[in-house]
Amino acid sequence: MEAVVDELPVILGAFWLTVKLTVVSGLISLVWGIALAAMRVSPLPVLRGAGALYVNVLRNTPLTLIIVFCGLGLGTVMDVQFSDDLSLNSFWLSIIGLSAYTSAFVCEVVRAGINTVPLGQAEAARAIGLTFLQTLRLVILPQAVRTVIAPLGSLLNALVKNTTVAAAIGVMEAALRMKNLFDAHGDAIIPIFLGFAAGFVVLTLPLNLLSGRLARRLAVVR
Amino acid sequence: MTEISGSDPLVRLEGVNKHFGPLHVLKDIGLSVARGEVVVVIGPSGSGKSTLCRVLNRLETIDSGSIVFDGRELPAEGRALARLRSEVGMVFQSFNLFAHKTILENVTLGPTRVRKIPRQQAEQRGMELLERVGIASQAAKYPAQLSGGQQQRTAIARALAMDPKMILFDEPTSALDPEMVQEVLDVMVGLAKDGMTMMVVTHEMGFARRAANRIVFMADGQIVEEGSPSEFFTKPSTERARDFLSKILTH
Repeated sequence: MEAVVDELPVILGAFWLTVKLTVVSGLISLVWGIALAAMRVSPLPVLRGAGALYVNVLRNTPLTLIIVFCGLGLGTVMDVQFSDDLSLNSFWLSIIGLSAYTSAFVCEVVRAGINTVPLGQAEAARAIGLTFLQTLRLVILPQAVRTVIAPLGSLLNALVKNTTVAAAIGVMEAALRMKNLFDAHGDAIIPIFLGFAAGFVVLTLPLNLLSGRLARRLAVVR
Repeated sequence: MTEISGSDPLVRLEGVNKHFGPLHVLKDIGLSVARGEVVVVIGPSGSGKSTLCRVLNRLETIDSGSIVFDGRELPAEGRALARLRSEVGMVFQSFNLFAHKTILENVTLGPTRVRKIPRQQAEQRGMELLERVGIASQAAKYPAQLSGGQQQRTAIARALAMDPKMILFDEPTSALDPEMVQEVLDVMVGLAKDGMTMMVVTHEMGFARRAANRIVFMADGQIVEEGSPSEFFTKPSTERARDFLSKILTH
């Protein structure tokens, strides 16, 4: 227990990195996932095909492989550099991996939401002269996203925990920091583990409560 | 009734055919609608009336034939099609009000986003239109909070907000409780009196008699008979129309 108290600043710092990974890749995933969903319902077969291909490849590849590819493939082989600072560089490379992966799931959830919006809504929008993109942006997506707030919350919850995979390319988030603390405090493995586990619960539990409440409040009445 | 300017029709359909899979829903349709004319389309279910209405703003595509609106062939897609649709109002059987927007927002969405009219001006006009259809007091509510009749009147105001050259009505009262039918029909009669060009698919024979310049009777995807309301209802010339009228007018 002393080890946990002594190392508290380090542990909090690690969780701060976890939060940053979650927030940044969560936002990118939301935007890119909605764009992918738009592609998958677009009238252009090329876009539909590209969207379907992307989602099916990324959704069915283990996240660890994607993150390692980002670290070694993008970072080392293709020499994609975001910063001279090595840790900052792997932070952004893991953001790419996490976003690429999570956005595929966001796409499918949003697409399910789009399917709950009655066809008549799109017909009415087209009938007043809105273009395809306006129809999507002003009429379909606002209703679709509101119906899938709860499942989007679950994805965010999963993302919080998935950020630990960034440890594979050396990002000092909670999981990698926990391993290092195990090495330094071999006599306090259980307390340290419990401390980190509690940290994740503190992050994810409010998310679930919040998304549930938001889903009820923003529900579209028909 | 308003006088109808003769020579240059607003809409002209020629040789229009449409299939849904093996079903031939529109068979070689030819029809013109003059400016200011109110055409009421009647006929048994499955006769292609709604499809006829929907091909006019290309919510359904056609397989062959031509549709000319206001002197130009109906555009196939893109911005030109969106522009055409903004000039042709549509009122649906199931209202289709935007569920996440208030009544006033439903009416101002088109003007602000398609016509780029400033919000304040669009809202002022929107309130005038809601006043005209008798629901200005409901402007801040959401569609689900209104009765069917009020929703359909909102849908009419939404169509009017685009200053359309024509409004299509696809069975506008069929989803309404009986006591709400009249309030919607009254608004439509008012529009007809003001000279709006209308095509109305309906089962309301009272409205057809009162407001129509011309009745088009469809059966099995074809226009079987057309004529003035008085001719059509008193002495229909085809067996098919007589049969239809005898079924709906006996009660």
